[in-house]
This record gives sequence, structure tokens and C-alpha cells, in this order.
Amino acid sequence: MNEVCFRTRHLPNPASLETYRSIGGYETLKRLVTEKVPAAEIINQVKLSGLRGRGGAGFPTGLKWSFMPRYYDGPKYVICNTDEGEPGTFKDRDIIRYNPHQVIEGMAIAAYAMGARVGYNYIHGEIWAEYLAFERALDEARAAGFLGEHLFGTDFSFDIYAHHGYGAYICGEETALIESIEGKKGQPRFKPPFPASYGLYGRPTNVNNTESYASIPYILQYGGQAFQDLGVPGSGGTKIFSVSGHVEKPGNYEIGMGTPFPKLLELAGGVWKGRKLKAVIPGGSSTAVVPGEIMMQCTMDYDSIAKVGGSSLGAGSVIVMDETTDMVQVLNRLSYFYYEESCGQCTPCREGTGWLWRVVRRIAQGKGRPEDLDLLLDVSNNISGRTICALGDAAATPVISFIKHFRPEFEYYIQHGRSMVTG
Amino acid sequence: MLSAEAIAQIDRELTKYPPEHRQSAVISALRIVQAEQGWLSQENITDVAEYLGIPPIRALEVATFYNMFELKPVGKYKITVCTNISCMLRDCASIVQHLEKRLGITFGETTPDGKFTLREGECMGCCGGAPLFHINNTDMYEFLTPEKVDEILEGLK
Ligand SMILES: Cc1cc2nc3c(=O)[nH]c(=O)nc-3n(C[C@H](O)[C@H](O)[C@H](O)COP(=O)(O)O)c2cc1C
Ligand code: FES
Repeated sequence: MNEVCFRTRHLPNPASLETYRSIGGYETLKRLVTEKVPAAEIINQVKLSGLRGRGGAGFPTGLKWSFMPRYYDGPKYVICNTDEGEPGTFKDRDIIRYNPHQVIEGMAIAAYAMGARVGYNYIHGEIWAEYLAFERALDEARAAGFLGEHLFGTDFSFDIYAHHGYGAYICGEETALIESIEGKKGQPRFKPPFPASYGLYGRPTNVNNTESYASIPYILQYGGQAFQDLGVPGSGGTKIFSVSGHVEKPGNYEIGMGTPFPKLLELAGGVWKGRKLKAVIPGGSSTAVVPGEIMMQCTMDYDSIAKVGGSSLGAGSVIVMDETTDMVQVLNRLSYFYYEESCGQCTPCREGTGWLWRVVRRIAQGKGRPEDLDLLLDVSNNISGRTICALGDAAATPVISFIKHFRPEFEYYIQHGRSMVTG
Repeated sequence: MLSAEAIAQIDRELTKYPPEHRQSAVISALRIVQAEQGWLSQENITDVAEYLGIPPIRALEVATFYNMFELKPVGKYKITVCTNISCMLRDCASIVQHLEKRLGITFGETTPDGKFTLREGECMGCCGGAPLFHINNTDMYEFLTPEKVDEILEGLK
């Protein structure tokens, strides 16, 4: 099996420095730094790899790196986003658990290419054990001379610190994350300016997801083309899919982009209890739900999930629902989540998420009114595109897609005061 | 007053940030004090703010914004159950019911002996291990069944 981020997972002590060294770990960093490989060449390989941001937005990583000012008088930062709070997403935790050194090496290569001397890994509050493990990995890397002053006897110095969050989904949004590292409430900033010009402490900053950084050492070790070839045009490389919900074997599966969905479902043991597939949320709770029969036609890459599935690949968080699932109750829980996690800064999001949740809840409690579905769509459309960050859209997308694909279930609740599925 | 032990831990956090940005350590500092005290009083928050040299309101804002801080006393063991979608699909409701029955409390409440507090949590980024909860913000327990919950609770003295 072709694995990139999980390269060490099947070896003994996968997270140790020794194991990472045994697959050539840190040799790439050493080569780039000691041979003084020009930044432009590194960024070109990343562009060639077809790597797109694994945090959800899918922005081309090489292009993002090229936005960082080359010449800047003062500190620049690289930040790794291990906030992972989007329901259905649990891959970054396993990357840190099984292969932390590949994240460290990826961040160091990024720092070398963008001229940063300090990096932070923002690790969300709920995974304390992983936070401590990552700090230990940093200590190991420092002791071995892969982090610190004058690496490999050159004038390149770089260190990384772990920053622990404390329970706020919004801090996954990159400017909220920056605010949070500054010791503030996690409220997203207006953009522009983008972090590449005004980021942490007002300095040029590059933020990437954990899986994005973990892909970098492989790309520079084997070449951008080799990574691209693991996937399909438009979606280079492998991707970790976090499969949860109604499957026999929930877990993380790293497979080539473009793998047919039925194959991924099979890896996860298929729909549990021999039941039929009803629906899939393919990219985390903020992406549109896809009916099972359409999902079975999709391949797991950006284009197919968008064009065939009418949704997005997001962070690759595949939530599987079987035929017994009550879609109204699922939407009720999701709507509560967005209401609860809205940072309160923008009126359409703060008011809109509360409104959406109250209307969905009343339907789910059997007290819905005939005009409620139109009301939900109207409120959703009034949130979309009217907020500083994408949380508002993230709250609206499930509402719109659940009603689009499962309207009769909602209508049944409104007419009969109970579920069409569970009675 | 911050304890010497808390100060030592906060000082270690401060080494991560530029000296002129002591505020960056505020989440960690509050976490460290909460781990020691069980919850954060106004006095704790002011102490942290003073130590970092920031206005108390800045520390209070942070303490109220992040969900894992407790601004009122909680039980010795705070059990936070994820009820978000992946956990919901794996029947976290049965775990919640079991806890409620066994402890005689519901979300947001503390047992009269002050031993347990029950909280509803949002996605903890561990959805493959659903259903799950964490205790005191640090210890994660996954693939829960009512039997496993009993075992865990019996292990808590
Ligand atoms: C509400 C919200 C939550 C987000 N949560 C995360 C997250 O947990 N992890 C992540 O990597 N990106 C998250 N993002 C996306 C980040 O803003 C950013 O695009 C990403 O970290 C960039 O890294 P990438 O290009 O490598 O994907 C979130 C965005 C929004 C709007
Ligand atoms: S939904 Fe429960 S941990 Fe993610």
C-alpha cells in the first residue's frame, strides 16, 4: 500500500525518532539545507506535487507558500494547524500519534523555504496525551540536532513549539488560530490582509494543516511528480480518510486520491450490521450530505466529490449513515453544534445559527410548521457569504443539503409530528 | 496567589513565545491553574493576568471563550461526553443514559458528594473511537460500552 503520512504506522514504535530515521527521516531536510537548495526550487516541487491543503479548503500548498514575502526584515512564522474540531475529522491526531517527526520535518522544510525561524503547532484541547507526545517528539528532534540553532552547521536556525488549545472549533480557522496563539479569544480576522502579509504578531505567517506538512518530506524526498502520481490529475498524492459512523471498522485510511468510494467503504468493513447505505457526508460536517447511491458513483478526489457528489472533499472526513438513520435528528445535532460554536462576531452567523437550530429543533420535536422548510432555506441563504469566516457557510451547507436530498423526511415530521424512519 | 509549581509550569510555557508577548501563554496558564484548583475563580484569573502583565479582562475573556474552562466549582471528576454526529451515530445516547442513571445527574450537574460532574461535549477529533468521553480534560476513553463505563467509574476513587 502506498502510504505517505502513515509511512511508519506499520513499523514497531512508529512514532520514535529511530523509526523515522530508518525510512530516511530528516535526510531530506539535511540535504536541502546543507546543499543550500534554493527556495524557489522547493516551492516548485510542492507545486508539481499537486498537494492541496488538507485542512478543508483544498488550496494549492505550493502556491500558498509562494505568497510569503521572500525578503522581509524581521521574523516570519510557520504554523501547523492541528485544531481538528470539524465533526467527523480525526486524522491529524493519528499523524501526531504515529508519525510526529514527519510533521516536524515538513514544518522545518517549509520554514527553510519561506525563511521562518520559529514554528508553532496548534494542537486542540481535547487530545492532551497527543499534545504531550508531540512535545516529547520536539525534545527528541532538538536533542538530535534537527531543531535549534545552526542546523547541520549552517546558518539556518529553526525551532517549533506546541501550543495547546482549550475547546473552540472556531480556532481551526487560520486567523482565529493566530489570535488564539496571541492569547486572545478565537475570533477570525477580516481578510485581507492575509496571514502571509499580516499573521502572527503582525508578521508574515504561513498556516497549513498537519497532513499538508506531513506530506512535504515525501515530496522533497521522491520529487513532486512521484507524489502527484499517487493520485489523479487535480488531486495529487494520497489522502487520509477518516471514516466514522455506521461502518464495521471506523478509522483512518490513507489511500491514493481518486480511489473509488466503494473501495474505501470496503476498507472500513462496509456498512455495519449488513445494513444498506443511506447517506454519506464526505468531507466533514461542513460539507453537503450525499445520498448513498450517488456516493457509490464517486471517486475520492476533489473533482469527483464536487461534480458527481455535489459536495466537497473537505478534510476527507467520511461520515457514513445507514438506512435506519433519522436525517432530521442528525441535522438537529449539527445545527446545535454550529450555533454553539459561532464566535458571535458577525450578526448573520450569530443570529442565523441560533435561528436555524431553533427551527430544526422544533421540527425534530414534532412541532414544525408548514412554512419551516422555506424559512430554513431563506435563513441559510442569508448567512452564506455574509460573514468574516466560513463558519456561517459551514452552518448553512448541511441545512440546505439535508433538505434538498431528504425533504420528504422533514415534511413527514412536520405533518405527523414524528419520524418517517424510526416511527 | 499562584503556587510555586504553577509558576514553574507557566514559566516553561512562556519560553515558547517572544518575551514581549506574554499574553500568548494565557490559555496554558489558565489551564495549569485549573488543573491544580479544579476550576477558575475570579481570583485565579486575576492572578494569572497579573503574572502575565495583562489586564484581567483579557484573561477573563479567554476563560469564558474556551469551552474547557470551568468558571464554577465542578466535581472531582468531570466527565465530558461527546454527543456530536459521529458519536451520535454510534449510540452515545446509551452511554449518556447509563451515566445519568448511575450517577443520578444530568448534563451540567454535579453529584451531591461532589465527586462527579457530567458535561456534554462537542466533537473531540477522535470520532473513530466513538462513543467516547474524557475525564478532567485529559484522559480520553474510547469505544465505550455501559460495562466499560462501570469499570472506569469503579477505578475512580
Ligand atoms: C470554522 C473553520 C474551522 C476550520 N478548522 C480547521 C481545522 O481544524 N484544521 C485545519 O487544518 N483547517 C481548518 N480550517 C481551515 C483553515 O482556515 C485553513 O484553511 C487551513 O488550516 C490551511 O491549511 P491547508 O491549506 O494546509 O489546508 C477551518 C476553517 C474554518 C472556517
Ligand atoms: S463526533 Fe464525537 S469525537 Fe467527533
